[in-house]
Amino acid sequence: MSPKSVQKIAKVFIWGGGAITVAVLLGIILYVLIQGLPSVNMEFLITPPKGGLSGEGGISTATVGTLYLLGITLAILLIPGIGAGIYLAEYARDNRPTRMVRYAVETLAGVPSIVFGLFGFALFVTALHFNFSILSGALTLVCLLLPTLIRTTEEAIRAVPRSYREASLAMGASKWQTIRHVVLPAAMPGIVTGIILCAGRIVEETACLYVTMGGSAAMPTSLLKGGRTLSLHLYYLAMDTNAFDKAMGTGAVLIIIIIIINAVTNLLSQRFQAKMRGG
Amino acid sequence: MDPKMQTRHLDFYYGENQVLKRVSLNMKERQITAMIGPSGCGKSTLLRVLNRMNEVIPDTRLQGEVLLDGNDIYASGVDVVEVRKRVGMVFQQPNPFPKTIYENIVFGPKMLGRRDKAYLNETVERSLRAAALWDEIKDDLSKSGLALSGGQQQRLCIARALAIEPEVILMDEPCSALDPVSTLKIEELMQELKKQYTIVIVTHNMQQAARVSDWAGFLLMGELVEYAETNEIFSRPQDKRTEDYITGRFG
Repeated sequence: MSPKSVQKIAKVFIWGGGAITVAVLLGIILYVLIQGLPSVNMEFLITPPKGGLSGEGGISTATVGTLYLLGITLAILLIPGIGAGIYLAEYARDNRPTRMVRYAVETLAGVPSIVFGLFGFALFVTALHFNFSILSGALTLVCLLLPTLIRTTEEAIRAVPRSYREASLAMGASKWQTIRHVVLPAAMPGIVTGIILCAGRIVEETACLYVTMGGSAAMPTSLLKGGRTLSLHLYYLAMDTNAFDKAMGTGAVLIIIIIIINAVTNLLSQRFQAKMRGG
Repeated sequence: MDPKMQTRHLDFYYGENQVLKRVSLNMKERQITAMIGPSGCGKSTLLRVLNRMNEVIPDTRLQGEVLLDGNDIYASGVDVVEVRKRVGMVFQQPNPFPKTIYENIVFGPKMLGRRDKAYLNETVERSLRAAALWDEIKDDLSKSGLALSGGQQQRLCIARALAIEPEVILMDEPCSALDPVSTLKIEELMQELKKQYTIVIVTHNMQQAARVSDWAGFLLMGELVEYAETNEIFSRPQDKRTEDYITGRFG
């Protein structure tokens, strides 16, 4: 076969693959929105769910639970996650213990979330007596997401050109000054991407919260109260009730929240990068 | 007059690999000293030894002395920040930070604790003037350093190095990434700068060494083969290997 026809065939496959992927993804999103949006209205948004097998009510407490959990988890997650990423990229010597830590981080990043859920249940819910609560859920999510955040941070920092570091050090800046004022700003878009990834996971995670947060339909008024997130609520609606329309409505709200999170952070990091690259 | 910087019996190793062999070299004050030699001869390493930038690389070892105004910069108790403040550096690739032009220049002074606005503003103007860049960009100080052309970026890097008021400026092939016009500008600038600063430049462009430097050293496989006044070394090289190199027989 001539190179030209090979290229044509390759093009068809690549285009086909891309088209199928986009079609499937758009299909899912559109399906959920079309099925779900009719049941989304003001009342649906501001009424608490009835809970139990009824499937009645809205999603107010689940929305609050989601945002509450998102805030608490990120608050606990960010400093150790980004700190460990900086440590691995800048300070850790390349020796056996470091390689083991890195290997462990990579392995943990691939462990199914329900395994973290069981760990969280055993440690936070039972042993530490946090019971089914926002706190247990958040701490479990922190364990689940630390590997992801550490890896994305480390990779973002490693991608900063060595020439920036050298220029800074050559002017008498200390190592920490160099990291703080040169490396971190340059790595920020990558780190922000990692944080978005984590935020998305927090909003969508279900399995590991099922066994750590309980699933109370009541308003989560404190860290030690149980609660449910939108995805958990969606699971209960789909499994325990016949309220398929409300499950779809919840799904639609969930998708919209994720789209908003992505759009806002993309916008922020684009602004940030434009400022850095300088127009 | 005593030399501004001096190396004495300098050995340098990357792991087991010795890249500098008993190099003894005097760098005279307010003169331009050029190091020439083929790739991998150790000239960049020699330059990075002079402001302790080699310490960034793990698993390196140094023996011998490196003197700045007669004091060993590797002696115990010497603050590396103080060394790098006095011995500035310009790199092969222009490497402005992804910050504004203003921020690029005040970076060094700020890291060294200078905060007052009047001093910083004055430093920006003084450094940019000294780097012959002020007239071109004085209205664009809030633009990103990366928005400049390659030659302007390199002069920005020179201005940035000047901002901390060093005494010695090390230049590691500062023109190898630049076009001929920008190269010429940097070379003219070096002639201006040497009125005030001691300059050490590494280059593998022999014409450049001949054009700009007062003293030149030829390094081959970590050994300082010959070191003399530039016109001496180019017109009457004493060593056969130097002659072969500058006449283009190898390298």
